[in-house]
Amino acid sequence: MSRAFDARVDAALADRQLKIAVERTAGTAEAKRGVAIGAWPSFGAARERAAAIKDHVIANLGAYLVQFEAAATASGATVHWAQTADEACSIVVEICRKAGAKSVARSKSMLGEEIGLPHALEAAGIGRVETDLAEHIIQLAGERPSHIIWPAMHKTREQVSELFHARHREPHVEESIVAMAASARRQLRGEMLGADVGISGANFLIADSGQVCTVTNEGNAELSLVPPRVHIVTAGIEKLVPSMDHAVHLLRLLARSATGAALTQYTTFYAGPKRAGDHDGPEEMHIVLVDNGRSAMRDDGLAEMLRCIRCGACMNHCVVFRQIGGHAYGGTYPGPMGSVLTPALDGLAANRDLPNACTMNGKCQEVCPVAIPLPTLLRGWREKSWREGLEPVTLRSGLGLWAWAARRPWLYRAGVRWAIRAMRLAGRGWIAKLPFAGGWTGGRDFPAPAAESFMDRYRKGER
Amino acid sequence: MTIAPSSRVALFVTCLVDAMRPRVGFAALRALADAGCEVVVPEAQTCCGQPALNSGDRATATDFARRNVAMLESYEAIVVPSGSCAGTIRCHYPELLADDPQWAARAEAVAAKTWEILAWLDARGWRPEGVALEARATYHDSCSGLRELGIKAQPRRLLGAVDGLDLVPLAGEETCCGFGGTFCVKYPAISNAIADEKAAAVEATGAGLLLAGDLGCLMNMAGKLHRRGSDVRAFHTIEVLAGMADGPAIGEAQ
Repeated sequence: MSRAFDARVDAALADRQLKIAVERTAGTAEAKRGVAIGAWPSFGAARERAAAIKDHVIANLGAYLVQFEAAATASGATVHWAQTADEACSIVVEICRKAGAKSVARSKSMLGEEIGLPHALEAAGIGRVETDLAEHIIQLAGERPSHIIWPAMHKTREQVSELFHARHREPHVEESIVAMAASARRQLRGEMLGADVGISGANFLIADSGQVCTVTNEGNAELSLVPPRVHIVTAGIEKLVPSMDHAVHLLRLLARSATGAALTQYTTFYAGPKRAGDHDGPEEMHIVLVDNGRSAMRDDGLAEMLRCIRCGACMNHCVVFRQIGGHAYGGTYPGPMGSVLTPALDGLAANRDLPNACTMNGKCQEVCPVAIPLPTLLRGWREKSWREGLEPVTLRSGLGLWAWAARRPWLYRAGVRWAIRAMRLAGRGWIAKLPFAGGWTGGRDFPAPAAESFMDRYRKGER
Repeated sequence: MTIAPSSRVALFVTCLVDAMRPRVGFAALRALADAGCEVVVPEAQTCCGQPALNSGDRATATDFARRNVAMLESYEAIVVPSGSCAGTIRCHYPELLADDPQWAARAEAVAAKTWEILAWLDARGWRPEGVALEARATYHDSCSGLRELGIKAQPRRLLGAVDGLDLVPLAGEETCCGFGGTFCVKYPAISNAIADEKAAAVEATGAGLLLAGDLGCLMNMAGKLHRRGSDVRAFHTIEVLAGMADGPAIGEAQ
């Protein structure tokens, strides 16, 4: 385990407020998703179709990208292409500068986090107002998202209340969620409506119409994207779907998997800038299509990961995530999907812990609405880490010695005899402290083995 | 599939049962004999290779797959008292050897006749007869057995035939216990926190016995329960079905 990961995990496990916060949100999400999927008998067939839609698009990405660009351009939008995160940020900053933007209203986008857009805007001296309530909370706190659906999941409502009291102009008086939301509204509404540019991500890009789809529950996307003069969309190229019909199918899976709701409160399709005769809408619409490693993932055995529709179900149901929360993962994306993505985005050497810190229980794959074989992909990273010599020397030599002996049954039996004797020196029943096994006995008692192995007793005729 | 009334089956006892808890192996022999199987214990067996597989050492895992396929392919069936080891043979050997023309079909053939023991006994219609245990027990579904092999109803059906045994549901019975093979010692703090919640859920059932089908998970949960001062005792399900739950539970001197 790397020291940095180790330290983040220890800090997370020691934080009881974090545990309460994660459990409240993920626990509720798990329960509601269970009810929603339970009431949907054809969920299995629906997820197979969803996976097939995404696989088809990923396999034919070039053609769909070209189709999308043509349709979006025809609707009056300008399409930009970014190979890297830096390129994407430069394009966005340049559009803001050309528009003379002093402030931008941003609607929550994990792609924006992935490419470091908040930082890039700050570095360019452009004011940024986060309009999603949870993003607003972490902007006030100077933190990063800890979950892809609930960026401020790591905070309890009590902690948020304190933050609002400290930072809002007219904070809430009554300690209720409604009053806190009103406090945020008072703080944000003016800034939202006064922004020069609105920036969003996209849940789906619809190839045959050039439309961009966003889903939110707060209506903040609509409020922050329609009034400003310019709307910029940043989206990963894997967000493409062939048509509206496909988007609607995936929407059904997305909402239920994320929150258990049949649909989010707001599902909006943006089709170009304001047209002649329209009452409102931005004068310009720019769509920045971002690769940032996605083509390489497709070609390097991670194509199935590009199915991901960012619902968060895998992390909500992950026993590791539920203990350590999102920040401990150290990347933009936490949980099982993050443990597959982060090594691809930020490098394996610094992130080899992520695919390893997983019990391989398979729950994430079971709940994934697009059937991504997450344990298989995580094992793939473990194999790459092993091949590249990134695994610790203690593990390599220990496993090597075990494998060497286990290929020689008679030697192996002798080794087992020796190990049994050694363990029984520490005790005959429950062992509270076992040398070289502090990882186990630090938190659990260890059951002493029987005096003789099964194979030895069986060979002696015992049945 | 149909299963011959009498079969010559190989018991793959697993490295953990071999070294830590031979009673599980003897219980398996007893139950299989009662079910009319002629059981052979291949002498060359050591481990299925799962530690290498899950550590990313694919070459070693593949080597173990070849060795075990060669060792096991002559039997009519291979029965394993562990969902995760059976899952390794059944789901992962074919995957490991898929690109090896000499081995792919052999791995598929062995995989197709490899069974987790509770699923095997249940598929044969076997039920424990004359086995009584006056106890309240709860059951944890180990992840690999549940999700790789679909083992869920089988252990409950089998345990339902034990006289006097009251099986109570465990909240979060399909939630991982935090064992995860080498995970539990590689990331002990996380593993420990997960195990704590599992132990609390077990305690909340009021059951005196904890049962499961995988010794690794059982050692983890029982070790955590004991550390918490709980008096819940843990057995492998096959021990109960073989009428051997009158002996020492996991952690009690064997």
